[in-house]
Amino acid sequence: MIATRIYPNGEPTRPKTLKELADRESREPRFQGGHSLCAGCGVPLVVRMVLNAIDTPVVVVNATGCLEVATTRYPSTAWNVPWLHVAFENAAAAASGVEAAFRVLSRKRRQGQPIPFDLPEEVRIVAFGGDGGTYDIGLQALSGALERGHRFTYICYDNEAYMNTGNQRSGATPPLAHTTTTPVGEQSLGKLQQRKDLTEIAVAHHVPYVAQASISHWQDLVRKIQRAVHVDGPSFLNVLAPCQRGWGYDPAQTVEIARLAVETCYWPLYEVIDGDYWLNAWPRKPLPLTEWLKVQGRFRHLLRPENRHLLDALQQQVNRKWELLLRKCEGRVLEV
Amino acid sequence: MALGVIPRLEAAQLLTGAQAVAHAMRQIEPDVVPVYPITPQTPIVEEFAQMVADGRCDTEIINVESEHSAMSAAIGASVAGARVMTATASQGLALMIEVLYIAASMRCPIVMPLGNRALSGPINIHCDHSDAMLARDSGAVQIFTENGQEAYDYTLMAVRLAEDERVRLPVLVNLDGFTLTHSAEAVELLADEVARAFVGRYRPHYPLLDTRRPTTQGPFDMPDFYYEHKRQQDEALRSVLTVFPEVQHAYAEATGRNYLGYYEAYCLEDADFALVVLGSTAGTAKAVVEALREEGQRVGLLKLWLFRPFPHAAVANALRGKQAVAVMDRALSFGSWGPLYTEMAAALYGLPEAERPQLYNFTYGLGGRDVTPDQIAEAFRRIQDPRTPTQHMHYLGVRA
Repeated sequence: MIATRIYPNGEPTRPKTLKELADRESREPRFQGGHSLCAGCGVPLVVRMVLNAIDTPVVVVNATGCLEVATTRYPSTAWNVPWLHVAFENAAAAASGVEAAFRVLSRKRRQGQPIPFDLPEEVRIVAFGGDGGTYDIGLQALSGALERGHRFTYICYDNEAYMNTGNQRSGATPPLAHTTTTPVGEQSLGKLQQRKDLTEIAVAHHVPYVAQASISHWQDLVRKIQRAVHVDGPSFLNVLAPCQRGWGYDPAQTVEIARLAVETCYWPLYEVIDGDYWLNAWPRKPLPLTEWLKVQGRFRHLLRPENRHLLDALQQQVNRKWELLLRKCEGRVLEV
Repeated sequence: MALGVIPRLEAAQLLTGAQAVAHAMRQIEPDVVPVYPITPQTPIVEEFAQMVADGRCDTEIINVESEHSAMSAAIGASVAGARVMTATASQGLALMIEVLYIAASMRCPIVMPLGNRALSGPINIHCDHSDAMLARDSGAVQIFTENGQEAYDYTLMAVRLAEDERVRLPVLVNLDGFTLTHSAEAVELLADEVARAFVGRYRPHYPLLDTRRPTTQGPFDMPDFYYEHKRQQDEALRSVLTVFPEVQHAYAEATGRNYLGYYEAYCLEDADFALVVLGSTAGTAKAVVEALREEGQRVGLLKLWLFRPFPHAAVANALRGKQAVAVMDRALSFGSWGPLYTEMAAALYGLPEAERPQLYNFTYGLGGRDVTPDQIAEAFRRIQDPRTPTQHMHYLGVRA
């Protein structure tokens, strides 16, 4: 049922193994190595999966942030697809302009007007922004672009703080996490506020497709990207992309840390198709939240015996949100 | 100009400045126009949106949620390969100023009429030039216009100027808020075919949507390249001093409308005392010049069309040997001289001392304060009085 709603002309081919995904990349490398993102960074995994999952021409619009800075140091670039960066808070607005240009130039060509360059028949416009550029400073531009109905996909790579400037608190930072602007100290236990639920904010725009994904569940992520770029209208993906520097863990563990976020139900995988919620990963025996927290330096202070009650409170919060999500899904489950 | 002029023109119509600019936009038919309302610019985008709704012009309008997004979407569309315009004023320009600098650095030929209005605070919706002066160092070309006719003509010329290979920069066409945007006067539009032929087709550089030839646009620049890029950008803006008269000449050829030079000289050649002004105040000043001339005073006017890049040498040449010059600033640069005065001082300092006029700075008309003929006459009176202090800010029309 979902498939016919999203793909009127049949589903695109989907790689079944990581090798198949990597083979696509070697045929047409759209994002090259040699950039200066950190070892163990989750972000290039998102980018490579996104670009490999899309089989049509792509234009990328990038908010200021780690990804932009580390991949385009003039005169080199890691991008083999058209790429645009304007500023921090306006990736969605700049993408709106690209999309409007594509729409009007395509229309004028259909009417027989000459277009002075090789305009492709179709193009997918993908905007990337971190959580700072999306949850916070870019939220207005994102909201406007979603409301206007541009056909584009916005992908937030969420590493839960301003990592490009060295780990400052954002609206995506979870409660009680240590950041450099919510430091743990004698009188402080880290961030004292809640985390903004951006995925739900996107859902509230009633756009055709919204999903939450994680780099650990790559098949789910690839499937979601393909869905997102096929809908006729805006789509939004919120992808958890851990940051070893800011979160404080062994860089080899990035994918595992992301997986623990899903298996503890801290970061549920779900999608919202025309308003209907679908659960995409249902840990039958969810791991305790502590399993995720204890491997990250930013939560180290919570493991002290006197802070036991804080761990319990966080666990209860995760439980409540998970139960609420299950209710919204009304039994609709679609796991890859 | 030649007699062939008249058939090329539509009959004169009664149009507000906003309507005249909207007609120019219709004739230009930009591919993409992000719009956001702000007084006193709003009627420009309202009029234009109606023209698009009526099918008189094929443009993709983006109803953005802020001016910041208006300029951001304009950059996206421009880099993508489309011809782009937008319009704004005051706080809207202030909100988009971050991105306007980037539009200039990315060499986006975006044309933007600006309905000049005072900046907050206190909030005020009426005319002065503080918004334009905020964009002074943005890297955008800035043109000031005296009336609806000029606003219309320069909006058309701005497209040729912006898109010239040597320039490729945003162009702001300033028209005074309310005084021009909302006041109706006789405006002669060009016939659509004439306007369209003059503007020509847009040829984008490295369009982002040319996906078979991917480009990386807006990359991260470090100390090893940033400086060279900024110097190139400055050279592009300075090239307008060459291109601007060429575009004016082409416009005269195509339409018979004579706008030749960076400025209009009114009774200036034989004047001993001159006034330098931007925008609609020139109309009032011309009437004062005429009246004073009838009294035998040797006064004249220099009305600048081009403010960025600033034509220092040409202006100095025009004022060489005058006794005194009044520079009229409709904006403050707090703690310094007016923005126009500092340019004029820089220009005239290049003259030999014997030919260098005395220079006086007048602030006037802030926040829409009426600009009366008496105020202009007062400026002329003061600069003809040897006891009037130079190196002094003279405020006209303000309560003590």
